[in-house]
Amino acid sequence: MSDLPGLYNYWVTVFLMMAGFYVVISQGNLVKKLVGLSVFQTSVFIFYISMGKVAGGHAPILTEGVTVYSNPLPHVLILTAIVVGVATTAVGLALVVRIREAYGSVEEDDIQALDNAADTEPDGPADSAESPRP
Amino acid sequence: MLLAFLMSIALAVIRVRDLFVVVMLSSVYSFMTATLFMDLDAVDVAFTEAAVGAGVTGVLMLSTLRLTGRWERRPSHGPLLPLIVVSITGAALIYGTLDAPLLGDPMAPVQQHVAPRYIEQGPVEVGMPNMVTAVLASYRGFDTFGETFVIFTAGIAVLLLLGIQEGPQTKPGRTAIGDQLVLRVVVKMVIPLILLYGLYVQFHGDFGAGGGFQAGVIFATAFVLYDLVFGEGDARLVAPPSWLHRLGALGVLIYGGVGLYSLFVGKPFLDYSALSHDPVHGQHFGVLLVELGVGITVFSIVLAIFYALSGRNKAT
Amino acid sequence: MMLLLEILSGVCLLAGSFLCITGGIGLLRLPDFFSRVHAAGLTETLAAPLLLTGLMLQMPWSLELLKVLFILILVMATNPTASHAMAKAALHAGHEPKLGDGSEQGETSSKA
Repeated sequence: MSDLPGLYNYWVTVFLMMAGFYVVISQGNLVKKLVGLSVFQTSVFIFYISMGKVAGGHAPILTEGVTVYSNPLPHVLILTAIVVGVATTAVGLALVVRIREAYGSVEEDDIQALDNAADTEPDGPADSAESPRP
Repeated sequence: MLLAFLMSIALAVIRVRDLFVVVMLSSVYSFMTATLFMDLDAVDVAFTEAAVGAGVTGVLMLSTLRLTGRWERRPSHGPLLPLIVVSITGAALIYGTLDAPLLGDPMAPVQQHVAPRYIEQGPVEVGMPNMVTAVLASYRGFDTFGETFVIFTAGIAVLLLLGIQEGPQTKPGRTAIGDQLVLRVVVKMVIPLILLYGLYVQFHGDFGAGGGFQAGVIFATAFVLYDLVFGEGDARLVAPPSWLHRLGALGVLIYGGVGLYSLFVGKPFLDYSALSHDPVHGQHFGVLLVELGVGITVFSIVLAIFYALSGRNKAT
Repeated sequence: MMLLLEILSGVCLLAGSFLCITGGIGLLRLPDFFSRVHAAGLTETLAAPLLLTGLMLQMPWSLELLKVLFILILVMATNPTASHAMAKAALHAGHEPKLGDGSEQGETSSKA
């Protein structure tokens, strides 16, 4: 990785970001959107870590005989970001499960259609399958 | 190379419609990213990405797929407009990267100002070889406190949305696929090793790669493995959900307690030199307590989220 | 002595890589789920320890050598178990192995 033209890492990161973005905006299934979002997140992590690398550096742990270390600050930021990412993905998955129970489907088109049908009805709210409180 | 593999996996995630395959591909993607991080000298980050991205996220997504369905419907609208949006955004971003410093440039702006101070003063002021842990727990301790709180809040959110349900599948002694002799024996041998390794990572985070987050996730993985093989009833006897709620709060309280103790002694919030007569000793002690708090919270919240998702009764 | 170790380590690494490649080809080419699990399990269970042995022969006696040894033991213990678990789960889900003459096997045996 280190002996390639210097900007290749960033372009690949942009490609991965756009792949994740494409999944989020164009695919209909909610779970797949969450997977695309996590692909997007991971590509941002690659971007940050690439910026922190020093050529010829060593991992930022104090070792005998090493003078050049890679920058520890992006590592700290990304460590935080990874764990926060999994926490938000878990919340997203819980939301998808509840949406499935309320609407009966996790496809975006079905949910949109059910919402539109509910809006045009003159009578009461559209929640049909309210799951029992735990 | 690794980056080419990552690009092909991303393309496959877009094209494949079997969501089980998509989840597996995303775990492989996380693993390759972890290898890439190792190549870019980020050992702590690679560790966390492998444990969290490849392990925990995969299990949680599979538990969700059980409830929502495996196949994706063919998209109803064409790909032209999203492709145009994506191409314009990508072109703008690539134009933005043309000014970026080359990979590995030691004269880049990000390597100046703060980073040399952390690299040189970190082992001296905080007294531990692992600079990432020194920065995470001591120099940027406030951020880590916020992050622990975010994990705790996410756990609360999942518990509010789903709750940990009792049902027919959570009776002790029942497993999902019947008698499994080989799995039981091997898992009984492997789980103590996993727990031991989690403890090693927790307390060795000062000297090598490791720390609270990775250790919490590894600990939770051992319990998830037990749950998968021995059934949910037995797993809930071993790690009761009510205890998980308390442990999640306990970890955050430990972290905040260290900070408040510093306030009571008269120093600023989360100033570890208040914990002992010798500042470096105080830093060691403070980092140990803080990482313990983080590890406990991460372990209990990950396990609680897994219980919530996997124990959910299937809607008809 | 050093030359012998280096040659041995090179042979182990090459053998491990060859097994990985053949395992990958098997995963792509074999017709049925159970034969694919068999191919992947067998080749990977030998390839990973061979690669790790090749690495271990190049390391001095140190803590890292012991860590790699632990990883090797863990892989040899868990990889066959994982293949067993996959095959058992597939059998439980109703997947049946294809027989040589193209027909599928009617009954499945439920021994561990």
